[in-house]
Amino acid sequence: MAAESQSTVGYIQHHLTNLTYGKLPAGYERLDSEGHVHEVLAADTWTLAHSGQEAADMGFMAIHVDSMLWSIGLGFLFLLFFARIAKRAHSGIPRGAQNAVEMVIGFIDQTVKDGFHHKNAMIAPMALTIFMWIFLMNAMDLVPVDWIPQLAALISGDPHFYFKVVPTTDPNVTLGMGFTIFGLMVYFTIVKKGFMGFVKELTLHPFHHPKWYVNVFLVPINFALEAISWISKPISLGLRLFGNMYAGEMIFILIATMFGAGLILGLFAGVLQWAWAVFHILVITLQAFVFMVLTIVYMATAHQIEEEDQFH
Amino acid sequence: MNINLTLIGQSITFLFFVWFCHAFVWGYIRKAMEEREKQIADGLDAADRAGRDLELAQEKAAKQLREAKAEAASIIDAANKRANQIIDEAKESARTEGDRLKAAAQAEVEQEMNRAKEALRSQVAKLALAGAEKVLEASIDESVHKDMVDKLAAGL
Repeated sequence: MAAESQSTVGYIQHHLTNLTYGKLPAGYERLDSEGHVHEVLAADTWTLAHSGQEAADMGFMAIHVDSMLWSIGLGFLFLLFFARIAKRAHSGIPRGAQNAVEMVIGFIDQTVKDGFHHKNAMIAPMALTIFMWIFLMNAMDLVPVDWIPQLAALISGDPHFYFKVVPTTDPNVTLGMGFTIFGLMVYFTIVKKGFMGFVKELTLHPFHHPKWYVNVFLVPINFALEAISWISKPISLGLRLFGNMYAGEMIFILIATMFGAGLILGLFAGVLQWAWAVFHILVITLQAFVFMVLTIVYMATAHQIEEEDQFH
Repeated sequence: MNINLTLIGQSITFLFFVWFCHAFVWGYIRKAMEEREKQIADGLDAADRAGRDLELAQEKAAKQLREAKAEAASIIDAANKRANQIIDEAKESARTEGDRLKAAAQAEVEQEMNRAKEALRSQVAKLALAGAEKVLEASIDESVHKDMVDKLAAGL
């Protein structure tokens, strides 16, 4: 258990709260751990949230420091390692790390070639980034849930220090990527088919009639259908990853609550945690792969010009 | 589970990472991999070619061997023929030479015989003359009767 004084509910909530840095409005009443008013803010203040309530009250103008730290850190870990290998890459006999990196890149390249038949040099690097980055962020789930938060609490000196280490259990992170991919889809559609092509795709599809006066009535229906289909893509992309990782993390936390409940239950929890971690290796890889494949598919749809021809 | 600036932060980070990966990772490794793929393909091609070359060379060698054998056989044939011919010629020439020698020897023998006959005949003539002289006792003048005696001797 994180601290003796914490109840199980408190423990779980603590584990599900991000380290949030954001703006509290003027006149905001900050409470201490007993629920008394600790201080009243005189002006808008940028500060670390001391409770989940404060984090929620910060609204949109806040940032999850732990999510960003781990996400950027893991991203750089992956990119710097790969870049180091890339710098020394040679066409001779590959050894050690180069072999491993080439295996990953060969696999991604094959997947992209299978799903994306257009000319765009950005898609394959994007697929690689998505796969490796999400895989590494998901892999943080395998680190026992208390290790890093406890270490962070020890270093910061605050036993209630919030620290979430799996960035993909933060919907901001997964939806952030989902909406970026959505933005790229819109961008590539407009680049490839022109703005009118994009509008046509939204309004003349799937129902179409040669007579314009019939079409007028079909356009709103088409638009409603297409808008839903477009907007559901980034949301499903982000929420699928978030949901899987959040659920996995939650189960790790629930198992961890059993460690404090005696020797027998503790041992049982150890076995459970091991089993769940083994199963989770599959989940983290699969989720990274699914995210990557769907991105490739969406990008291919954005580049597809032939579909438009049926309207002429 | 609040939606906040992290969303935008993650967006920017993502785009930056994609760019970084494109600029510093993907190209270099793919280039190395494609180069190696090409090298391997070239190597396999070369091995294929070498195999075909070897096959051709073997075929050529076998063909040359066959030709050489045929040539050798024809040479031996010709040599045998020539040898037989030479033997025949030698036999022929030996036979003609033998014939010639035999004819020459016969001619000589005949000549010798004639000569001996001649000598014998003259001797006989002389003997006859001498005999006749003895018989006739100088009644015959040698110079007068010489023709007659020679005729007599030639008639022998």
